[in-house]
Amino acid sequence: MTENNWIYACNVADMPHNGGVCVQYGTEQIALYYFTHRDEWYATQNLCPHRQQMALSRGMLGSSLGEPKVACPFHKKTFSLTDGHCMNDEACAAIKIYPVKIQDGAVFIDVASIYSSLITSYEQEKM
Amino acid sequence: MKVIVIGNGMVGQKFCEKLIAKKPEQLELTVFGEETLPAYDRVHLSEYFAGKTVQDLCMKPMGWYPENGINLHLGDPIVEIDRSNKTVTSFDGKQLAYDYLVLATGSAAFVPSISGVDKQGVFVYRTIEDLNLIWRHAKVARSAVVIGGGLLGLEAAKACLDLGIKDTHVIEFAPRLMPRQIDEGGSYILSQKLKALGITTHTTKNTAVILGNETITGLMFADGSILSTDMLVISAGIKPRDELAKKCGLHTGHRGGIIVNEHMQTNDPSVYAIGECAVYEGMVYGLVAPGYDMAEVVVNKLIGGTKTFTGFDMSTKLKLIGIDVASFGDPFIADEDARSIIYHDNHNSVYKRINVSNDGKTLLGGILVGDAEAYNQLQQICVNKLAIPPSPVDLIVKRGKDGGTGTSFELPDSALICSCEGVSKLTISEAVNAGNESFDAVKKCTGAGSGCGGCTPMVKDIIAATLKKQGKIIRNVVCEHFNYSRQELYDLVKLKNLHSFDEVLDTLGSGDGCEVCRPAVSSILASLWNDLIIKKENATSQDTNDRFLANIQKGGTYSVVPRVPGGEITPDKLIAIGQVAKKYNLYTKITGGQRIDLFGAHLNDLPLIWEELIAAGFESGHAYGKALRTVKSCVGSTWCRFGLHDSVSFAIEIENRYKGLRAPHKIKSAVSGCIRECAEAQSKDFGIIATEKGWNLFVCGNGGSKPQHALLLAADVDSATCIKYIDRFLMFYIKTADPLTRTATWLNKMEGGIDYLRNVVLHDSLGIAAELEAEMQLLVDHYECEWKKAVETPELRKRFTHFINAPETKDPTIAFETLREQKKAAGW
Repeated sequence: MTENNWIYACNVADMPHNGGVCVQYGTEQIALYYFTHRDEWYATQNLCPHRQQMALSRGMLGSSLGEPKVACPFHKKTFSLTDGHCMNDEACAAIKIYPVKIQDGAVFIDVASIYSSLITSYEQEKM
Repeated sequence: MKVIVIGNGMVGQKFCEKLIAKKPEQLELTVFGEETLPAYDRVHLSEYFAGKTVQDLCMKPMGWYPENGINLHLGDPIVEIDRSNKTVTSFDGKQLAYDYLVLATGSAAFVPSISGVDKQGVFVYRTIEDLNLIWRHAKVARSAVVIGGGLLGLEAAKACLDLGIKDTHVIEFAPRLMPRQIDEGGSYILSQKLKALGITTHTTKNTAVILGNETITGLMFADGSILSTDMLVISAGIKPRDELAKKCGLHTGHRGGIIVNEHMQTNDPSVYAIGECAVYEGMVYGLVAPGYDMAEVVVNKLIGGTKTFTGFDMSTKLKLIGIDVASFGDPFIADEDARSIIYHDNHNSVYKRINVSNDGKTLLGGILVGDAEAYNQLQQICVNKLAIPPSPVDLIVKRGKDGGTGTSFELPDSALICSCEGVSKLTISEAVNAGNESFDAVKKCTGAGSGCGGCTPMVKDIIAATLKKQGKIIRNVVCEHFNYSRQELYDLVKLKNLHSFDEVLDTLGSGDGCEVCRPAVSSILASLWNDLIIKKENATSQDTNDRFLANIQKGGTYSVVPRVPGGEITPDKLIAIGQVAKKYNLYTKITGGQRIDLFGAHLNDLPLIWEELIAAGFESGHAYGKALRTVKSCVGSTWCRFGLHDSVSFAIEIENRYKGLRAPHKIKSAVSGCIRECAEAQSKDFGIIATEKGWNLFVCGNGGSKPQHALLLAADVDSATCIKYIDRFLMFYIKTADPLTRTATWLNKMEGGIDYLRNVVLHDSLGIAAELEAEMQLLVDHYECEWKKAVETPELRKRFTHFINAPETKDPTIAFETLREQKKAAGW
């Protein structure tokens, strides 16, 4: 098990309502969403896996049969905010999701798992 | 239960798929295939030459077999069956025992005994390996001949075309093409169409000798004539692969094929045969759908069911090189047994024949060539013996606009809708009743429509009809969150005086919204109140283009289009655009709407760019919105020696009046100064053309994927009247159109069409003209340049950053390439 690694992203007051922003973490980009209508917070990778565009933070939020989702502004691929799978294209890869917490009006993202996919692929290469 | 399948073709694979789906206990499933590839789609073999890969054609990837516990041995044919010990032996020497053996050995190409078939350049058309051989030889071939004018032969001819051979011939022994499916009339139309594509057909031709020394040089026919060629593909029929069966003493037909009963059992009850190697009641079924049906019967038998095979409807519909060919029922029945109605159109190359019983009550069969749109309906009527109209000709000849071939016939529950997957109407309607209310859901649940896709329209009709029976009216509702049409939503939002997306959602909808309803509601709010589109509570319900007031482009940069009303621009303003473009390193291009598009702007730079453009006197061009885009104009009477009126001044007046107007879709306009129509006004949502007496107003035209000319709404009107009519027209469109519907589509769906629209706009038939004008005036009065507001308001301005925690940093992943001394976005 990896330890948590909470990073400070921004203040709640800076966030748009029912929308996302992009957070820089080293060379990584994380999309952070404040879904006010559900009073929920989510974070995912900013890269849309469909055409490799850094765009999900600019996508529209919504729900389908209660499941919260984000739609990429490029070709409207929609991704579940709870498990990251693509909801309208089975062939499209899933996106990574990250835990979010709010403390004293500040927003934190747990980036502990951010490099895990990279590590896995590196290990596979060695095998 | 140990089951061994011999043969990994389409039917053998489908058998495995169907068997594992039943999850029988302690199943040991082993498959032996002669070819080295896993089962692939032989029906669409010719697409291999049209660019499909082996992977595309494979029914299931290699990994599917082990994932499902199937032991697959490829390139290792079974050479012996020992029925007394219930074992099989493979070429590699593997010996395995079975409880049940399924022969799915398929068929081989039938090669007629013509002298010279062993020459180089002579091929059969059956496997991917055959195709690879043809491919190699085709590189040096200038002409090709196909022996066999049946289904496969014509497919092979198409393959030759796809390989770039322009001179292709088809030889058929019978007096017509596709002799099992169509008659001579149909064959005539088909050969005409093939000729136009570069395929010459020769019927009643009996090939006698293949000419040439080592390599083919031509063919000589029984009538003595000669046809030169450097490639020959033989596709003259199939021969069931029954040699293994014969060797182990299974009964075979005298014309080949393993004899089976209605359970697909051979004379050995533990041995089954399915697909093209089987012969049932003297017949070999050379299509894939009956093969799948046979597979189903065996699977059912193995798990203790009682399903039987009772023959199969051999109706077929296919697209041969883009030509529709279909036949159903008994296509040839004639004379004393039936009355035929034949529609033969040499001009449009369409042939339709239906055979009706002598009492005129039932449809017995038919043929369609060139236009097989009615196939699904006719085939269902025929198979289910449905009542036909008193004048059966109505089934194939359309009379008037909606007369003739209506689809209001009721199918019985047993009707087979999807023959690829064997799905009945009952299965589909039950799936709908169980809550699968969309085509995709039904497809996933039943498999219907997942094969060739030909039944898709029927499946959709059945879904709609079933929902209707449940009392659910099929309405054009916005999405799952709003049970209203756009027009209803517009009226309700106005009535309840709602101003934000969340207000509208909480008052009129359910759930949390989505990428469909958010922009639709945002458009309604903008059309009603013309509030600032990016105010905080609504900004995130705009599509990204509206949210950032610019058009997102490949790579995530944006493009900027300042408004240039009427396309008129001063040299100073041109220079200003050039300076901005240079400073922010933007790609510049003149648009079709007489303005200049600046591409490749970073999100962070947008407010800086607009600050400079606004200082130079520009306003937003709303290129990012479903809004009025441009009013194009020709130079008009100020300069042009033909011009009747000043089209530029009028275009500027109109563009300034409607700029910023939000609508269900984008709106384009143009003004031409004379009948020469240089501004192309008749291709616009509304277009104005000068006449001697005033202006002609055209509406509901558009370019795009389905171009449509605008229609004349009012003639010879003065400028004020023209604007009054445009006010009414645009407002009526904004209030009543569905989301993302251009004016042309809106008019096409409008009952009464342009005459109705003219009555509403010119003669105020609905009594709403004054209201429409007042609503438009409100929007015009509320206009403000969104970019001016955004640049001047710090709260809004700070949203134009890529990173919330590093506002000065631009997206480092954005990359450009260089083309003709400007930049372009890096490829996907």
